[in-house]
Amino acid sequence: MRVLKYLLQKEFRQIFRDPSILRIIFMIPTLQLIIIPMAADYEVRNINLAVADHDHSVYTQQMIQKIKSSGYFKLVNYSSTFQEAVTSIEADKADIVLEIPAKFEQNIVREDHASLFLAVNAVNGMKANLGAAYLQNIIQNYNNQIRTKWVQFPPIPPQTNINVSVSNWFNPMMSYKYFMVPAVLATLLTLLGTFLTALNIVREKEIGTIEQINVTPIKKYHFILGKLIPFWILGLVVLTIGFLIMRFGYQIHPVGNMLIVYLFASLYLLSILGLGLLISTYADTQQQAMLISFFLLMIFIMLGGLFTPIDSMPAWVQKLTWLNPVSYFIDVVRMVVLKGSGLSDIKNHIFVIIGFAIFLNSWAVWNYKKTS
Amino acid sequence: MAKYNSNNMSAVIVENIIKKYRVEKTEVTALKGVSFEVAKGELFGIVGPDGAGKTSLFRVLTTLLLAESGNATIEGHDVVKDYKIIRKKLGYMPGRFSLYQDLTVEENLTFFATIFNTSIEENYDLIKDIYQQIEPFKDRRAGKLSGGMKQKLALCCALIHKPSVLLLDEPTTGVDAVSRKEFWDMLQRLKLQGITILVSTPYMDEASMCDRVALLQEGKILAIDKPAQINQQFQDPLWAVQASNMYALLKVMKQWEAVASCYSFGEYYHVVMKSENAGASAINEYLVERQFQEIEVKKIDANIEDSFMALMNTAHE
Repeated sequence: MRVLKYLLQKEFRQIFRDPSILRIIFMIPTLQLIIIPMAADYEVRNINLAVADHDHSVYTQQMIQKIKSSGYFKLVNYSSTFQEAVTSIEADKADIVLEIPAKFEQNIVREDHASLFLAVNAVNGMKANLGAAYLQNIIQNYNNQIRTKWVQFPPIPPQTNINVSVSNWFNPMMSYKYFMVPAVLATLLTLLGTFLTALNIVREKEIGTIEQINVTPIKKYHFILGKLIPFWILGLVVLTIGFLIMRFGYQIHPVGNMLIVYLFASLYLLSILGLGLLISTYADTQQQAMLISFFLLMIFIMLGGLFTPIDSMPAWVQKLTWLNPVSYFIDVVRMVVLKGSGLSDIKNHIFVIIGFAIFLNSWAVWNYKKTS
Repeated sequence: MAKYNSNNMSAVIVENIIKKYRVEKTEVTALKGVSFEVAKGELFGIVGPDGAGKTSLFRVLTTLLLAESGNATIEGHDVVKDYKIIRKKLGYMPGRFSLYQDLTVEENLTFFATIFNTSIEENYDLIKDIYQQIEPFKDRRAGKLSGGMKQKLALCCALIHKPSVLLLDEPTTGVDAVSRKEFWDMLQRLKLQGITILVSTPYMDEASMCDRVALLQEGKILAIDKPAQINQQFQDPLWAVQASNMYALLKVMKQWEAVASCYSFGEYYHVVMKSENAGASAINEYLVERQFQEIEVKKIDANIEDSFMALMNTAHE
């Protein structure tokens, strides 16, 4: 016990003596938590629109006004030829070209029928998709508006309308931040836990202290606990800072009991620190450790459901995500914070993460050999 | 019962240790059957150039490395089976400074005392001599110490659990001449406390300070004996030669078929002749013929370095 106590004391001393490590542990997650959810926003705004107007009528002006006032579009080019508008797409200035044919107004008034053409720059698939959909929606709306104005007494009864009203559960404002902040927090904790543990032990290898320690009668589990406990504590401290930012910075009031998140996070940290430990037993230099962790975490985070929903991934990838601890943590944080899930709702997640912790740590301990 | 007997006399027994490494696709044999014994309380030196296998040998003895074959025991305990016991009895100072640079002198010492389940106070008298020299800097971080002080701290850390066998891997490499001298004095004092000391060094002048030395070359031991004894093995007459143009001199001497070997040693070349008859006058004559000036030739006694060079040459032949 005395040995373990001194190991911990030594580890904390080293952490607090290195200002760069302290900055990494506290400042960087805080900054990232503030920046990433603000920037990584799924709502597509600022779509650049080029209009090729062959009609120049009152109707086209009204329609363009309506599109502009929606707030989603910026008119960057207004020209009389389609060629000119397409050039602005090629120059990457515009995302969508709306071509209004000649006699557009005339056709609507006389023939009760007119057509428009949309050309979409599909390099950024998501922006193109959503932009076109928004635009169609606005035009549809405008269409209805003029129909009601012109067709006062319809010769035939209007088509039946299905009225849809939507209610957003668990995130009534459909605010993107509610969804992102908890997941970003989970991701940051993962990064921090893995990197710090892996690099810390590999550093002892690099400076040769591990050699000096290996010839002492120190017990394997003492050494490993001495490494894991400090980062486990630091992880929980960072989590707390993150929750404070979430609550007071983003005004997200967790629906569920935060103690459940802490319980899960403490188990989760064990498995993530185990991953770091495992990496450190295979890497000989900090550079190797860095690259291995980077590679693994990249996959874990991309397949963790942070940016793209796991449900929309191909079936085989969905099976892969079962092996991804990050996806469980992101899931749990979102469930508890947004839905207010209780212990019984996340019990499967808990079992899985305990499994991960046992598996990764035993692998690491098995591979950590005192003799090389 | 052989084991019991050797227990009484020998602190370290190494028998036919072979260690191989795989470097890329070729196999390199670092230790090619090394055997020796070190008596209790002896100061035993392992002298050899870089790459001779000194560090591999130490890593086998410190239980960090498993040898392909052969046995080694420390105080009668096998380095493979009883590594747990050995780790308690062994003090090891690796060649590279490997203490925590970001901990202070005192914290480093306390750390190693703690993991050996002891305290500074308990074994203070053993390290007192050495520790007193660095005690004024005990609140300084180890990384900020000078080379000589780092080495003293490392020695303190290796001694803090009162080991009965001390293994020092190239302790004086990269340390200035004064600190080296001090360090050897410290080792002599530790020897008086009854600690068996095994020290490796690439500097042959240090070999003469050991009780016995083993000359290690390319994984093989060329000779084990007292330093004075090794010098006596050197039979041939040895000449120190100097002239104004030293570079041309080396070339000329190496081309001369009467020369067995010629190598630089300080400001002289040490020359061994093939026949006993070719003495100072013959060398002088030969050099005058070739227009060398300020020629100086004198007969000298072989020191350990000469012996080592001679042994190395025979090993190559």
